[in-house]
Amino acid sequence: MILTSSIATFGRYMLFMRKVLSIPDKWKVFFKRTVSEISQLGVASIPLVLVISVFIGAVIAIQMQLNISSPLIPAYSVGLATRDIVLLEFSNSILCLILAGKVGSNIASEIGTMRVTEQIDALEIMGVNSANFLVLPKVVAFVFFMPILVILCIGTSLVGGYLVALLTDIITVSRYIYGLQALFSEWYVWYGLIKSLVFAYIIASVASFYGYYVKGGALEVGSASTNGVVASSILILFFDVLLTKLLLQ
Amino acid sequence: MIEIKNLIKSFEDKTVLNGITATFETGKTNLIIGQSGSGKTVLMKSLVGLIKPDSGEILFDGRNLLTMTSEEIKELRKEIGMLFQGSALFDSETVLGNVMFPLIMFTKMSQKEMLERALFCIKRVNLEGAENKYPSEISGGMQKRAAIARAIALNPKYLFCDEPNSGLDPKTSILIDDLLSDITHEYGITTVINTHDMNSVLGIGENIIFINKGYREWVGDMSKIYNSGNKALDDFVFATELFQQVRKYVALHGRIERPTTDK
Repeated sequence: MILTSSIATFGRYMLFMRKVLSIPDKWKVFFKRTVSEISQLGVASIPLVLVISVFIGAVIAIQMQLNISSPLIPAYSVGLATRDIVLLEFSNSILCLILAGKVGSNIASEIGTMRVTEQIDALEIMGVNSANFLVLPKVVAFVFFMPILVILCIGTSLVGGYLVALLTDIITVSRYIYGLQALFSEWYVWYGLIKSLVFAYIIASVASFYGYYVKGGALEVGSASTNGVVASSILILFFDVLLTKLLLQ
Repeated sequence: MIEIKNLIKSFEDKTVLNGITATFETGKTNLIIGQSGSGKTVLMKSLVGLIKPDSGEILFDGRNLLTMTSEEIKELRKEIGMLFQGSALFDSETVLGNVMFPLIMFTKMSQKEMLERALFCIKRVNLEGAENKYPSEISGGMQKRAAIARAIALNPKYLFCDEPNSGLDPKTSILIDDLLSDITHEYGITTVINTHDMNSVLGIGENIIFINKGYREWVGDMSKIYNSGNKALDDFVFATELFQQVRKYVALHGRIERPTTDK
């Protein structure tokens, strides 16, 4: 039962994405809407990303110091481990799980409300491909802006660790900075960015899908928003494993 | 003119439209009336292509909607304006933005021409001064008028209105009815109004189609409705004491004057 329901949902999602990924009716309108979505979905997420990143960066640095302090492990390992955790997992997977909540619920509730207030029907009757008109700018904007959020997250998280080194005596600043530079692999940055692009696509498209097919009223819009966040979070975790296996091994 | 022939639509094992045949005339306010659950909303949604009937024909000036390609439907939709029950204005756009929307999407007008056309439509529905307000900042009646302005922006040949008076006070309802009637006559539009508002039925019903349990029960105009000879229609239209009194008054005096509204 669950299997057939999941296959049916996947089929509907694929049909939905076929409508979404078609050529826009008017490119000028598409670009205008994309810029607007970059502001609404991307730029508006910057404060949240910065606040979370600086604190999580600090916490990672403190926990690394507590967990790996040993005469056998060099002190600069705190900086190295903080950097690698941030690059490999926090700045992409964990950040995207957080953004699935913020951006995903925003998208699902916005499109769901448009559905129940007949705004999507109005677009369809005018002859506008409503899925393409509403969803494609969101997907493009979020996928385009996600790498910027990831880079901001990496930078701010490392600053968080730096502040721990600066304001406490658990590690010196010079050792922390040395650790950040030690055994650096550039591929880790690309790996994180590639993952984030896939996750951004999942968040924007899955949340839109759940919002687009809402039937009912306010209660159903709330449910769709929750379902969109849950489904995109599970898919992020699944693709995290898949991409890690493909890209790091 | 829109003609529907032997339209049938079922949902699972329930037949909602039972072979409906009707004609919606050009330049007239055509009303679809009937009780809740009678099938009039399904009929309206079938007419605009939101629901696909099981069989039958829907002819827009001879062009059958049900055999059109998606490209032909897209072209036809540019000739259709629709007023939704809840107005369905775009929340993120101002009144002006809403009215300009179809012009931006479907015309090659310059910005100046689009602005002129949008302001003309806004003026036509007496909404001057509300151009820069968002839908949430204006009243229900003003939202309906903004939606009418959006619906007529592309000079549609066909205008569909789903419960245009729902949620409005009687005075505003009359104003919306009069506006729809005026626009229909002024531009020669085929207007189809889905309603169960008796003021509308008796006030602007030039061609009334009564749907009951999925069947077309009666066709006529507002002057004939008082003596239709159809019990189901009489029970529906003259269900209240007030409308029974109206009927008696008309029988004695021949006609009844509608109140005028300050537009």
